Formats: sequence, structure tokens, C-alpha cells
Amino acid sequence: MRELTCREAIREALREEMDRDGSVFVFGEDVADYGGVFKVTEGLLEEFGPERIFDTPLSESAIVGAAVGAAVMGMRPVVEVMFADFTTIAMDALVNHAAKMNYMSGGETPAPLVVRMAYGAGPRWGSHHTQSVEAWLANVPGLTIVMPSTPHDAKGLLKSAIRTPNPVVFLEHKLLYGKKGEVPEDDYVVPLGTANVAHPGDAVTVVATGLMVHRALDAARALRADGIDAEVIDLRSIQPLDEETILASVEKTGRIVIAHESPVRGGFGGEIAAVVAEKALGFLDAPVQRVGAPWTPVPFGQVLVDAYVPSEAAIIRAVRATLGSADERRNDG
Amino acid sequence: MSGSGGLTDRDLVEMYRWLLLTRAFEDRVCELWAQGRLMELPHGSQGQEAIGVGACYGLRGEDHVLPSLRTRAAFFVRGIPTRVQMAAMYAKATGAAGGKASSHHMGDAARGVLVGSGIIGASITVAAGAALAFRLRRQDRVVLCFFGDGAAQRGDFHEGLNFAGVFRLPVVFVLENNGWAEMTPVAKHFAGSDFASRAAGYGFPGVRVDGNDIFAVHEAAQSAVTRARTGLGPTLLECVTYRLRGHCENNPVATCRDMAEVEGWREKDPLPRMRAELVRRGVLDPARIAAIDRDVCAEIEDAVAFAEGSPPPPLEELHRDVYAPESAALVGGTRS
Repeated sequence: MRELTCREAIREALREEMDRDGSVFVFGEDVADYGGVFKVTEGLLEEFGPERIFDTPLSESAIVGAAVGAAVMGMRPVVEVMFADFTTIAMDALVNHAAKMNYMSGGETPAPLVVRMAYGAGPRWGSHHTQSVEAWLANVPGLTIVMPSTPHDAKGLLKSAIRTPNPVVFLEHKLLYGKKGEVPEDDYVVPLGTANVAHPGDAVTVVATGLMVHRALDAARALRADGIDAEVIDLRSIQPLDEETILASVEKTGRIVIAHESPVRGGFGGEIAAVVAEKALGFLDAPVQRVGAPWTPVPFGQVLVDAYVPSEAAIIRAVRATLGSADERRNDG
Repeated sequence: MSGSGGLTDRDLVEMYRWLLLTRAFEDRVCELWAQGRLMELPHGSQGQEAIGVGACYGLRGEDHVLPSLRTRAAFFVRGIPTRVQMAAMYAKATGAAGGKASSHHMGDAARGVLVGSGIIGASITVAAGAALAFRLRRQDRVVLCFFGDGAAQRGDFHEGLNFAGVFRLPVVFVLENNGWAEMTPVAKHFAGSDFASRAAGYGFPGVRVDGNDIFAVHEAAQSAVTRARTGLGPTLLECVTYRLRGHCENNPVATCRDMAEVEGWREKDPLPRMRAELVRRGVLDPARIAAIDRDVCAEIEDAVAFAEGSPPPPLEELHRDVYAPESAALVGGTRS
């Protein structure tokens, strides 16, 4: 099968959906003439013209607010706020308007908009262009939060995000834009709220999102050399959350490691741990392990960034901790 | 008062009735609140009703309005039934959104009323977006977006007006300058002389009118609507008025105002002003005025009885409409 980068897969999803549905259109800062700061929307202006994709003032609140207004009037805007960190400025439009529009209108005027944003550390871009913001938004009923990790899923999930009648936050990890993978050429969708078992195993469950899926897969390959079969689950969306896939895996493995790039404290991993504690505690042979960023802002400079972003080694340590504690318990018994 | 252009006597009586109905509704809900009968804390628009009536009267059915928390009159002129408005304030199942939306969030898609915001000023960008949709869909529609002087100090005022100006969107920004942002007078939150002149910075006209002169508001709004409809872009219409009640019923005017100021503005109250003008013109006489009074009073009391007799929302309403149902036709495609 042909391979695309995540960047190309996202662009292909936009192109196919803009082709399919005349109400789908794109706006944001530098998305049209320049093709987006990450070049995701490059070429769409030439293909679709200035009514379907256009540049806006540097006004994140107006971008998302206007997307809400256009969405309730029957359009399907896909807007970009560039860096996920900038959602702070658009938070009111997203949290108070987009997320509650269907509820407050008694289902009369849903707000089918997609807000694309680039998140994640790695590049040396300092504390305001690198954060992983999913946990900020995960506590807002009405929002859907999508975090693809592969080109295949980026395309299929974005198509679902555009087609759902609900507002979607679509988080694109900047270090994955250039990541290649197989992408079907046909019109497929990846349903929202379906996790993917990215690597099967029966010794321990590793639940991950975004870049951490790849770190978990690297960890799983390293662990296999030691005879440990880790099952890696790529959540793909955290809202809706595919509890079923997580619980089925934990019931099989009895151990769980949760890895995300945002800080451990208050991170979405705590929610997953709580779900497992509520619904599968009896299956656990070891305490839950969480892997995430430390309780600091994202630093600048590679040395500190490397210390900040969870590594493959950190995931391996967490996996070994779940196995170790189980061994100890058996020894004690 | 200003002239009333192309308005017929019938229009004038109808506008007067909307004005009176809005006032009577607002006064009644303040009483009901004081009696502990309402769920919603009223944020009265007494004194500034001429803006909503004057600006919304004459809009087309397909046009849209996005009211502020003090544009009660817009709900009436757009046709949201008095019963529904009252039931909303009682949070009954027969109110807005099945009893889940207060007046601040009451929309009505069929009547062109967009869901309002509890975040002052945030609707400005949403209104720009609705106008953007009309442009892109080639719909001959205009959005009227209402907000107050307090909202004009929010960042969304700047972002929304600039956005609308850049794209020349069919939207009219109606600024209800009632002299007070909650409990803070405009002189304490604004160093400028007027808001209308801000429009120049966004590349479209700003117009300042006496917001208590219903004909002046109507005429200025109609001309702004025509401008928007013909593709010439937005207008900022500053309507100077005065809020005769407190910010809400928890903050009576006596606690934060110079009562001489309030009394001074009572003399410019748009309701008796319009009534006197229509009497002067021979459009209304005492018998007709009394008949309209009785009619409005009966409509309000019917709405109170309806609201009080309506059931609260069933508990399952809590979980309804958090997400819109997926449409199978749209989800389509091959699953992978």
C-alpha cells in the first residue's frame, strides 16, 4: 500500500471532505497563502479557492467563535489555531460556546466544527508552543478530543471529526507530521471512540496517546527481547473513551501502564486509572503505573526537553515496575 | 422624536405593543422573583426596550438576531411566545431547550434567534461567524448582534469587529450603551467619549443614536441592515440609553446609583415617550391605550399561569443533547 506522512494524510482528509461536502471550509492564521505553519494545508487554496480556505487576522478567539457561529448556521468549518497552547485564548469559544451549543439549544443548533492544533514538545520552541493540552479540555462535556498517532488514523479520524455533528478538538503531534505510514486511498473513516490495539501482548497493557504510542511500541519491541509481551493500546480519542478495549486488555494482562506527554498530575492517565480501579480492580496483579511529564512547564533547550518528554526507557521502567511488584507479591504469598 | 419613515399606523401600534409587552414582562418577572416564584434571577431591560424593538422591527424572517442579556424585546419581536419565555424563567419543560436554558441562552432556530452567551461580549465573534455562513451560503440574510457597553471592553469586541470588518460580513453590531456595566458606571470603565467612533478603526461606519427614541433606532438599524444586505459590510450602531433597574434583582439601583440620575432618565423613558408621540399623532387614544394595556396584561398572566402549571423537565432531560446524534448518512465511508 502507498505510504503518506501524517501531514499528507491530514491534507488528504481535508481535500476529500471539502470535495464531498460544500459546507466544509477551512480558515485560520496563515492556512491559505502560506499553506499553514506546518504546511498541512498547502495547495488547498489553489485547489478550492479563497471561499473554501482563507487566512484570518491573528485572533484565535474570533477564529473559534466565528467557527461556532458558522457551524450553527449549517457550515462545517475546520479551523486551525496553529499551536495547541493558543487554545487558552480561544478557550471561551470552545468551552462555553462550541461545547454547550447543542445542549443549550435543546438539540436545535449543534456546532459541527473541528479545531485543529499542533501540540507536543520536541522542537526547541519554549513553554508556549509545546504543551499537550488534552487534559485541559477532557473535563468539558460536549467536546470530542482526538489524538491520532499514525497517518492512517490521522486521515480516518479527521474525516470522522468533520462528519460528526459535534465540536471536535483535533490534536496533531508536531513530531509526527513527518511520520510515514500506509494510508488507503479509499474513502474510509476511523470511528471516534475506538481504540486500536497497536501491538498485541498478554503480559502488561500499555495505554498511550500520540507520540507516546510510538515510544510504547519501541518499548514493547525492547521488552519482547526479554520475553515480555506488552500490549500497546493507542486510544486515538480520549473523548469518547474506548473503555471496553482498555478493560478487556487489563482483564487479560492484569497490569497497566498509562503513558501520555502531558504532566502526570491531573493528566488524563488519572481518569484511565480510575476507570480501571472502578471496573477491573479485581483483575489487577500490580498497582497502576503512570508515565508522563514532570510537574514543570515545558522547558526550552534539548537537554531539558529530553528530560521532560517521557522516554521509551521510562515506559520500560514502568512496565518492569508492574511486573516486579507482582513478582514480589507472589513471593510474599 | 425622529420621524418614522415608511412605518404605517399599524406598524406604529404594533411596535408600541412590543414595547409595552416587554416592559410588562420585565416588571412582572421582577415581582415574581421578589415573591420567590422564579428559577431565573431577572436581569431587567427596563428603560432600554426601544433598542430591541426598533432594531428588530422590520427584519425579514430569515434574518438572525443574537440578543444580549438585555434584549428581551428581541425575543418578542422575533416571535418567541410569551409563554415559552416565561416557562424558561421558571425552568419548566415547556421553556427553552426543554427547561435547560435560561433567558441568557434562549435561542430559537426557526425564528432566527441565535443562542446567547452568559459570557458578556462572547457572542460578538459567534455573530460574525453566523454572518460568514450566510455569505458563504449565498443567503440573503443579516445578523443583528446586541451587546452592552461593558461587553465593548472585552477582547472579543475587538476580535469580532475586526474579523467582520476584514471580511465585510453582513452583520450589524448594536451596542446598547446603558451607562452601566453591572455596578460600574461607564465613566469608570471607559476613557473615550463614545463607542461609535471605534468603528473607524475597523473600516466601517459607526453611528450613535438616542436609544430611547424608537424611531431613531429603527431608522439607523434599517439603514445598517440595508448596507449589510447589499454587501457593504458591518455597522456599529451605538444606542445611548439607560438601565432603570439594577444589574440584576440582587443589585437594586438604590445600592449603587445616584437616584437623581435615575429619576432624570425616567423622564426619557422610551415607553411613555412613544405613547405620547402616538397620541400626539392621533394614532392612539385613551380607549385604545387601555385596550392594549388589558390585552398585554392578559397575555402576561396567561404566560404566568402556563409556566406555573407546566411540569419541570423530566430527569432524563439532564443527559439529553450533550452530544448531537451522529447522522449515519454523514458518517458513511468504509470503516477501518
